[in-house]
This record gives sequence, structure tokens and C-alpha cells, in this order.
Amino acid sequence: MNKDIMICGVGGQGTVLASKIIASAAMAEGNPVHSAETIGMAQRGGSVTSHVRIGQDAFSPLIPYGHADLILSFEPAEAVRNLKYLHPEGMVIVNTTAMKPVNESLKPSGYEGETMTAYLKEKCCCLPVNAEEVSAPFGSTKFFNIIMLGIAAGSGRLGIGAETIAREMEKRIPERFLEANRKAFETGYRIGQESQSI
Amino acid sequence: MKQYVMGNGAIALGALAAGVGLAAGYPGTPSSEIIENIARNAGEGVHVEWSVNEKAAMEVAAAAAYSGVRAIVTMKQMGLNVAADPMMCLAYVGVKGGLVVVSADDPGPISSQTEQDSRRFADFARVPVFDPSSPEEAYQMVQDAFEMSERYGTPVILRPTTRVNHGYAAIETPESFHPKAAEGFIRDPRKWVIFPRASYLNHGRIESRNTELAGVLSGYRYNTVEGPGNAETGGKAIVASGISYAYAKECLGAKPPVRLIRIATAFPFPEEFMVKALEGVQEVLVTEELSPYIEEQIWKTAGRHGLSLKIHGKLDGTMPHNGEYSTELISAAVNAFTGLQTGSSPISTDDAPALPVRPPVLCAGCPHRASFYAVKRAMQGQKAVFCGDIGCYTLGNAQPLDMVDTCLCMGAGITMAQGFAHTDPDIKAFAFVGDSTFFASGMTGVVNALYNEADMVLCILDNATTAMTGHQPHPGTGRNMAGHIVDKVDIGAVLRGMGVKTVETINPLELDKATEAVRRAAQEKGVKAIIFRSPCVALSKPTGKHAVDAKKCIGCRKCIREIGCPALLYEQGKARIDRNLCAGCGLCAQICPAGAIGGEKSE
Repeated sequence: MNKDIMICGVGGQGTVLASKIIASAAMAEGNPVHSAETIGMAQRGGSVTSHVRIGQDAFSPLIPYGHADLILSFEPAEAVRNLKYLHPEGMVIVNTTAMKPVNESLKPSGYEGETMTAYLKEKCCCLPVNAEEVSAPFGSTKFFNIIMLGIAAGSGRLGIGAETIAREMEKRIPERFLEANRKAFETGYRIGQESQSI
Repeated sequence: MKQYVMGNGAIALGALAAGVGLAAGYPGTPSSEIIENIARNAGEGVHVEWSVNEKAAMEVAAAAAYSGVRAIVTMKQMGLNVAADPMMCLAYVGVKGGLVVVSADDPGPISSQTEQDSRRFADFARVPVFDPSSPEEAYQMVQDAFEMSERYGTPVILRPTTRVNHGYAAIETPESFHPKAAEGFIRDPRKWVIFPRASYLNHGRIESRNTELAGVLSGYRYNTVEGPGNAETGGKAIVASGISYAYAKECLGAKPPVRLIRIATAFPFPEEFMVKALEGVQEVLVTEELSPYIEEQIWKTAGRHGLSLKIHGKLDGTMPHNGEYSTELISAAVNAFTGLQTGSSPISTDDAPALPVRPPVLCAGCPHRASFYAVKRAMQGQKAVFCGDIGCYTLGNAQPLDMVDTCLCMGAGITMAQGFAHTDPDIKAFAFVGDSTFFASGMTGVVNALYNEADMVLCILDNATTAMTGHQPHPGTGRNMAGHIVDKVDIGAVLRGMGVKTVETINPLELDKATEAVRRAAQEKGVKAIIFRSPCVALSKPTGKHAVDAKKCIGCRKCIREIGCPALLYEQGKARIDRNLCAGCGLCAQICPAGAIGGEKSE
């Protein structure tokens, strides 16, 4: 299997955990895997990306432009920022809730999530998800990263079995949070499956 | 055993596989996780420490290496500047046990002040350097570096770059690690005491050894030639090093259609290898990040061997000097150079709506925000200069706080404040320094201020961790990398011991008290210190959430205009607090003129 998966968002949204689970699940299924994370200053509210490269043919730690089979974006503008990485046949799963940077409150540029989502729909195969709506049963958006992971698995675009991902979650998530995370994953998985029928 | 690890983890595991007995370093992106991974995986008998700075780390490791123990020192490229003194001298004295210095370069720069190139430092110090292009190679090369260090009695530099440090790969390692046995320090003043005569003799020896090493490295397994043979090169070759080699491979594939030469050991330059690799070649494209080091070596090689060679790279403007390289950048250069069509056609985003800019900011609830705001409020309308330093609090420069007038290098804020005070007696000079930076390179600056009668206010932002690089412990935290609980080095006691007479410790989240403390300190003569003590918000439990009472909010936006907390939003004429981000620090509640912001205590 050769697959390039990008996870992007804003520092602090939990993208790193999602990418680590995808990478280790792909490896558990016997694939060679490479990945790369944004670490350092940008983690403080800046744009962050994780690149997961599955398969023999990856040399660069970063996905080249036009190669990503799937982009999981935790923020609408970040999906647009990284759209150049998407393979023309690839898919974007995007949170429609905008994270407005501090400077946006100071000097508004008119940034709205809707504009970005509309643009994505026009340009590529795109599955919009409202983080606040899907997170509502969980009381906060803390589990949204795992919901996204579930959507990706349910969409069939990840090429990794849901059971393998569940096992990797067990390894990485502390016992006391596991039940809530499992539910979050299932919630996402259903959304992902439904998207296949569209 | 197979482990999926970051490049820094691969370096750590490689060092352990090589039998490292001592590891020391100072945190710095992109190198920080090496020490943490060594500590996590080391067996019995390995000493691991976060040293107080890179110079200390280098000297601790030097003694281990004098004793025959294999030692590793880790730092970012800026750290090698701090450790330059022992590094340069150690190159002359030499080592007995292998000593590998990891200096991680940061093209971009992504999290650094400069785009300096540690390969040049290796040349400057006349010690060998290895340049891995992937985590897998880094794992092997650190072991090769130990072998070479021990065989030739010299420190060796391993120079990864950010994308290698932060890239993940699966590494096959032994089940357990054991430090290599050492015979201990054997007294020999003629060898271990550096003196002009010894240095004169060693300098000669080092140069002949490097000539020998250039020959040895010409056969090194990671200096490689791929692609067409001498007869069918088409007269062209691409030279790459480090991560640029990975990008070139990404463009050209497993079997490159053009000759691809990789140099993994920039110094001593494997000239013999290069001359052979260039047989049948009339034109080369050199792709390397940071400085044109290999490009210059090819110029020298061509000159010495009378090769008729056109050399493209940074020096003729073909490749950029600054910034990170990428598959796309190298692909474009390769296509122009060879006429090949590498790369893909991505979706065009030229018509994309304007994207929001996201400069990094202090976290919601960060106590540094409160400290900066207290100083700003206290000094309103007065002539003042705010000298910043290296750490999360460099982000105090962002609007609307805008409280960093200078930032140069580790510890510089303290000494620069003195320079401003001496040259303008009317200015109130402030220095902001974090707790870890204070220990790393702030203390001598305070002594300098006392001795030379500077008027300054030293603001220590003590959040009880080294936050920016990933929350490493330091001497003030009472915890070390060996996992031991140790006596805390008390910053207040250190300052008083040096002779600072006014030392106040305050909680920055109590805004009025903090502001008053700053006002008092600014009026006094001499060196005054305020320790703003409040733990890093990423490490402490939220104390509750705050919320805006929409009925009371008058929509003045003071909270948004003045403190710039990412949890504060302005919607439909009112302020709102994002519950998912709020840490309950309460700074906004203290500045709201309408009393519209209140806290809910967490249960």
C-alpha cells in the first residue's frame, strides 16, 4: 500500500495524537511508515501539519505537493492553506469551525470559516464536519481529534482497519479516558461511513 | 526490537547501541528529544543530564571521554556557539572514549535566530562531521561517529537538520543497551593539559589525520553515486547532502535517470570519492541547505584536479542561500538543469480566499502575558526599554502586548539592559528572562550589572519549567533528568547571594500587586529583581473557566485590545470567552472596566 495522509490544524488541537495513531496502526498492519510533525514555536497557536507516509516509495519525510490521498483538517483555513498537497483525486475532511487568530480580533480581515469551506467544496472532494456539533455529546471539543480519526477510518480512505486503530488507541490513551475516546471514535466512524453513501 | 521513533529518538537509540555511558545536553529545538529518549531507554550505569547550558554539557562529556567512556553531547546549532570554547580546545586535546557532539541545524529557520551551518563549524574546529538524510541513517551514523571518534581520538560532530530530527521512522534496535566498559581516567598532564607547545604539535597531527580521514571517508558507505554510469551520464550530475538528498530521491525515484551523488561527510571532504564520482561529468547542480559548503569543496576539487566543470548552486544564484529546501524547490531546479519532468501537478490554489496569518502566540492563561501586562501598565507614559530573551516569552513581542524591544541570544537581555542604561540615564531599562535561561546564561550578566553599577529592573519569568522546548526540568525545578528529586536552586537566594538588595517575588496573576511591585522597583537605583512566579499553564490544572456576562459587557473591547488572549473573541458587539481554551487565569476579569467577566471555579 502507498498512501500519503496529512493532518493539519492549529497548535494545540490534538493533531499530533491523531497522526501518531494513524502511523502506528499502519505499521501494525505491516506497512513501512514515515511521518513528520511540526514541533517548536509554531505549536503555540501557529499552523501545524503532520505528514504520514505509508509505503515503500516515500523518500522525503514531507508529502510532496499533489500527493496526499487524504487531508484531515482541524480548521477550515488550514485545509485551504494545505490544499496544494492534495492529490487531485484525494479527499479533504474538514472541521468547519474557524479558529480565529488573536490578530483577527484586533484587526479583523473578515476571515470566516464558511468562505473556506465553500472554496474547498468547489475545488475537491470535501467532507465538512462541524466540530462543535459532533462534540456536543462529549461536553467539549477535547475528543474532536479522535472523532476526526473515526471519520477518516469510516470514510474508507485511510486504508487501515478500524480494529487496528482501536488497538493503537488503547496503547496511547490512558485507561481513564479510553471509554470516552472509544465513543468519540465510533461517533466519527459512523459519520465517515455515511459519507461513503453520498 | 522495532521501535517507531522520531529522528531524535533514532539518534538516542544509536548512541545507546554504541554503548554510550554519559549523555549531556541543553534543550533547543530541534534537538531536545535526544536526551529525553536516552533517559527513557538507558540501562544501568548511564549518566544522563540536562546540563545548565551547552558549554557545561560539553565539558562534563569531555571528562567522561578522557576516562574512556563513550559520551554524547546534544544541542541546537546556536548551542554550539555557547559550547564553542570547549569544542575548539577539545579538538586540539582529543579524546580517549568516543565523543559525539550532536548539533542540530534549523534551516528556515523554523525555531532559531540564525541559519548557521554546523558543517562549517566542523571545518572551523577541524573535526569530522556526519550529515544524515533520514532517521534510519542517523541511527547508523551516530554509531559510525563513535567508532571514528574513538579510533582517531577526536570529537566528531553529527549534524542532523530539523526534518531529520522531527521525522519518524521504524528503527530495529537491540533488546537492551549496555555502556561500553572504560578503564577510567589515567593521569597524563602532557596529554590532558592544554599548553601552547602541545597545541602546536597537535595542530600538525590534526591536519595530517584529516588528510588521512578524507581518504577513509572516500570509501564511506553513505557517500554514494547512483544513476547512469560514466559513459551515459549525459555530462550532468546532481550533488545532494542531508535532507536535500531525500528530496532529490523523492523527485528522481529509486533509480535516478540522472547521476545523483550524495555527500554524507562534508568535512574532511572525501575528495578522492568526488573526483571519481565526477568522471564523465561536465556540469553539476549542488543542492544543500544552509551554506554552500559542499559547493565550495567542489570548486576546490575542480581547481586542484584541473577539472573542466560548470558548478551550479548557491554561488551562481541557481539555488537560494536562505530558507528550507523542499521536494518542490529541488524538483524545479532539477527540471531546469536536466530537462526532466519531475514533480506533480497539484490543485491550483491561486484563486484561494485570503488566509489568516497565524503568528505563534502565548497560550491562553500563560502567566507571561500577565507579567508583561503588569510591567506595561506600571511603565505607561515613561521612557523605558524592554530587553527580551530566548524562550516562550519572546512571544511577548506580539500585538497587543508589544513588550519586547530587543532579543539577541540566550541571556543577552540582562546585559543589553545595562548597555541601554549606561548610554541613556533617563531610560528605565528592563530585562525579561525565563527561569531556565537565567540558569543557562543569565547569572554572569547580573554580576556584571552589580559590579558596573547599572540601573536596571530584572524581571524573572519563573514558570518552573523550560516551556518552549517541551517542558524540560532545570535547576530551579527540584527534578533532574536522572529522575531524581534534588534540592531546588532558589533564584531569589542566588540573586541575594550575588548582592542584589531588592528581590521581590510576586504572583503575576494578581495584577494590581504585580503592577505596584514594578512601580516600586522602577523608582529605585541600582539592580532590582522581580520574580514573577506562576507555573506554566500547559503543566498546571486549569483553576476554572471564565465567562463574559453579556448583559454587563459594554463592548469596549479593552480585554481584546490590551492582553491578546487567544480565548477572547469579539462577536456581535460583545466579548466572549472560548471555554475550550480558557484556563481561568482571570487576567481579563481584572482589567474589565464593566466588571462583566467572572470566574467559575472548577469542582
